[in-house]
Order: sequence, then structure tokens, then C-alpha cells
Amino acid sequence: MYVSDLALTDFRSYGEALLSLDPGITAFVGPNGQGKTNLVESIGYLSTFSSHRVASDAALVRYGASRAIIQAKVVSDERTSVLELELVSGKANRARLNRSPLPRARELLGMLRTVVFAPEDLSLVKGDPDGRRRFVDELLVLLSPKLAGVRSDYERVVRQRNALLKSAAGARRGGGNADLRTLDVWDEKAAAAGAQLTAARVRMLRDLRPHVQNAYERVSSGQSQAEIAYRASVQQAMSDQGSEPGGEDALTNADLVEAQLLEAMSRLRPKEIERGVSLVGPHRDDLELRLGGLPAKGYASHGESWSLALALRLASYELLKADDWRSDGEPVLILDDVFAELDSRRRNRLAELVAKAEQVLITAAVAEDVPEQLEGARVDVMGSVATRVR
Amino acid sequence: MSAYDGVVQELIDELGQLPGVGPKSAQRIAFHILSADTERVHRLATALTEVKARVRFCEICGNVSEEDQCRICRDPRRDGGLLCVVEEAKDVVAIERTREFRGRYHVLGGAINPIDGVGPDDLRIRELMTRLADGEVTEVIIATDPNVEGEATATYLTRMLRPMGIVVSRLASGLPVGGDLEYADEITLGRAFEGRRSIDV
Repeated sequence: MYVSDLALTDFRSYGEALLSLDPGITAFVGPNGQGKTNLVESIGYLSTFSSHRVASDAALVRYGASRAIIQAKVVSDERTSVLELELVSGKANRARLNRSPLPRARELLGMLRTVVFAPEDLSLVKGDPDGRRRFVDELLVLLSPKLAGVRSDYERVVRQRNALLKSAAGARRGGGNADLRTLDVWDEKAAAAGAQLTAARVRMLRDLRPHVQNAYERVSSGQSQAEIAYRASVQQAMSDQGSEPGGEDALTNADLVEAQLLEAMSRLRPKEIERGVSLVGPHRDDLELRLGGLPAKGYASHGESWSLALALRLASYELLKADDWRSDGEPVLILDDVFAELDSRRRNRLAELVAKAEQVLITAAVAEDVPEQLEGARVDVMGSVATRVR
Repeated sequence: MSAYDGVVQELIDELGQLPGVGPKSAQRIAFHILSADTERVHRLATALTEVKARVRFCEICGNVSEEDQCRICRDPRRDGGLLCVVEEAKDVVAIERTREFRGRYHVLGGAINPIDGVGPDDLRIRELMTRLADGEVTEVIIATDPNVEGEATATYLTRMLRPMGIVVSRLASGLPVGGDLEYADEITLGRAFEGRRSIDV
């Protein structure tokens, strides 16, 4: 698929912007702070309803305006659809498809698929587990929208369970008796939703793994091997308690994981009440990344970390492309300011790997940052005015 | 930030406290009341005070009622062996509209919600147990909301009721009837797929 037209109203620094795009490569070039990233960010937002730069939507609406509108014409498999999203600060988004309003904005999700590469990706390798969990879950929801419901149910259950544990901890410190009659119920709900989420993550990880290994080999020209494994807090808890946790196969069996989660929670209960938080479940899991047998976090060099981060994004792209039995077309690739971060060897490797994608949108501060292999259309961006120059 | 003098602003502020009424709507309603004739405003004022003075909660089921016991609990034609547990009185109205259910109700007054500090003792669960003690009720249908809190409440109740030898069922979740499949959201549709049935011919 590709985006053929983009129109923005009061989005970020843009009052009004209208832009035609072609399939293939387009580079947005201009000095920092002129509005390049805002353009590609709007396309990414339309695809996932989240920005790769900020957590809150408030900053997306132009300062002083009450709402922002993103409109895009998307061509997929010869079909053209017009996607429109209205962001009202402090309210739910409103979506239209081909000019008719959708009852729920999230029905627009998945109509436009994107994979975004950004400087922030380095934290997938070097940062905290929550970034890696978000990476896994976002990809999961793109592949299977039903899991968005499982994920939000699970997050809600954990918040309720934590509230109960916290009040129990407070009551116990005050010398009183904690009301824990409903804790069994929350355990049951957390285990059921948590097991489904865990199993879905691990099954997806298995499909992703060969793509990660392959992409890393190509980006780093075969220096070492990338390994990716799921670290389940439930298995950690099982082995801490002296039980045999089972391997990765066990994690793909939701019934088994549910039983293990229940057992782990019942054994951890005194500790959970003391701490006032849920200590086991997919919200505590992590993705373990290794290079040549060593943990990437801490051991990998800056360049190796970059190669691995790129490999994760490229693998997402390949997995979404392979999942194309609905013939949605391959996702749009967005490379936001990444070439400036890479050495020339990695830059060229990445360029070769993405050059044949259906649509690639690149932002760069100077034209020299865009590798030669990615010669294509060029849009100059200056003072929030985008001008197609080639 | 009060833009109007005295009582007008007071009215706007009061109206703005109502659910679903924002500051703009509150202002519009206030000016509508100001321009309406005195008699209509009196009728509204009387309705407001009367509802508070006359309506209480049924001592048996917790539904809204003008007497000690509500219309449904007093009705002898109702099936005393069947009890439907709901979160709010407005859920009773919704189920009554179906004209399918002939049993009686029990209104919990909410769902278990630790974030808001609502536990079993804050709901009318003790009253439910007292009501079930005489053994007349043989089946309980749990019709709490199909969200995280409603499901947790349903599970909690089921755990308490099963050992008492009562048949416990939960409303099914699935597709709205009379609508188009394409308008169903993916979560409802996903649940409907999981709960599909084979058709006997």
C-alpha cells in the first residue's frame, strides 16, 4: 500500500498542508525544527493512533487550535480509500472512512499499516523492558486486532488488582485486617487474560525470530548472530519456587500458562500484599536480546545496538508483509532521521534492504544524509511549508 | 470564573454537575429555564423535589420504588424461583423491556471496583444472600455489565452461589440482533466467534 495524498489541518506546526506522494521513495529534507518529522508522524499516527515521539496527544494539535485533522488517501491493491482522523484535545478521536463517519475511531486502525524507524528505536535495545513490551504488543495488535481487547482488559485487571493489594497493604500496616475476599477473583481474571496475552506474544515472537536473525545478519554483514527470547516472569517465579518452569513451548499453551500464573500468584501472595503490586504476569515480562551469546543490553557496542534495533523494525516489516493473505499490501516504511545516526556501512545496508519497498518516506536534515541507493522524489520542508522539488 | 450574576451562575454551576452536561449545555439549559413560563419551571422544580421525597429503594431488591417494596417484588405472578442480578436500577428497566424475563431482580448498586474503593460490602451482596437463604430461588442469572468489573463481580457471586446448590448462569455476549455484522466491533465479533454454536437441523 502507499499514501498518495496527505492533508493536514492544525496538526503540530501545520495550519494547512496539502501534499501529493508517489509510491517508491520520497525524502523530506530541511533543517531541524522546520516540520519534516511532523509530516511523517501524522501518517504514523493515522496508522496506530500513537506517535513515536510523544505519549500524549495534546502536543499533536497545533498550539492555540482546538482540533487537528489528518486526511490521507491510501492506495492498496488498486483500491483507494480516504482515511480521516480528527483529534480533539481531551476528547476521543473521530474517524471517517471514505467521508462517512465510523461509529468507533479504532475501526480505522489497520487500514493503513506503517513501520516507523526512528532514533528512539535505540531504546528497544538499550532501554527498559516496557519499551520492548510495547514493541511486541503494537505488532501483535496490528496482526490480530482482537488482542487489543485482551491487552486492555489485562491492563485494567492489573490496575484493579494493584488497587486491592495496595489497600490491603495499607490495612495491614494500620494493624487491621485486609479485605481480600475478592483477590481470588482478580487472580483468576489476571491469569486468564495474562495467559492469552503471553501465549499470543510468544507465538508471534516465533514467527518474528527468523526475520530478526536474517535482518541482523544482513545489516551487520554477518558479524555475529542475533538471538531473541521471551523472558516470562511466570517462569522465573516457577523456578524461584523450585518448580520446573518448562520452555518456550510451554508459553504458547495458554491453558498451561494460566495454571502456572495462578500457582505463582498464590505462592507470591504474602509478598504481593507486602509490596502492594502484582509481581507476576505479562506486564512484568521482557524480551531478551542477545548478540553472539551475550546480552545486547550492556554488552553490545553503539553500532551493534543500532543494527539490532534496525533488525527488529525490519523484521516487523517482513512479518507484516508475510501476513499479507488479506492482500492489504505491504506496510509503508517511515525512516525518521535514522540515517544521520548510522555509520556509512549500516547506512548502505539499510538502504539496500528498504529500497524495493512499495513506499518509503525518509526525513533528513541534509540531502547528503540520504544514501544514493534511495534516490527518489524529494520534498523540501522549510517553516512548515512542504514543496515538492523533484 | 463566574461570568453571570448570583443565582444565574449558581443554576449554571448546579446544572454543570449533572452527568453528560458540560459548561456550554449547562448555560443553554439555564437560559432556557429563564425564558420558560413560570408554571413550567414550577412543574420541573416540583418533579425534582417530589422524586427525592417520594422515591426510595425497594427493601427487597434495591430497585427504585415509591413504596417499601417495588412493583415487581409485589407482583404475585412473578416466578419466585428465578432471580436476575443486575448492577443498577436502569438495568432492570432494560431487561423489563424485553418482556421475556418473568422472575424477580436484585440490584447490587454497582460492581466490585477496588480502584474506586468498592468492595463486596459496599454492594447489596449480604442482602442477596439473606434473600437466597430460604431456598425458594433455584436459579440465579447474573446480568452484570460485560466489562472487567462486571465480569469480576459475576465470578465472585458465582463462587458464593454454586456451593449453595443454586443454578448460576451468565448472560451470553455476542452480536446485536437486527444489525449488520460489519458494524460489530472486533472484540464483540471475536467473542461471538468463540461462543459460536452448531446448528441442529
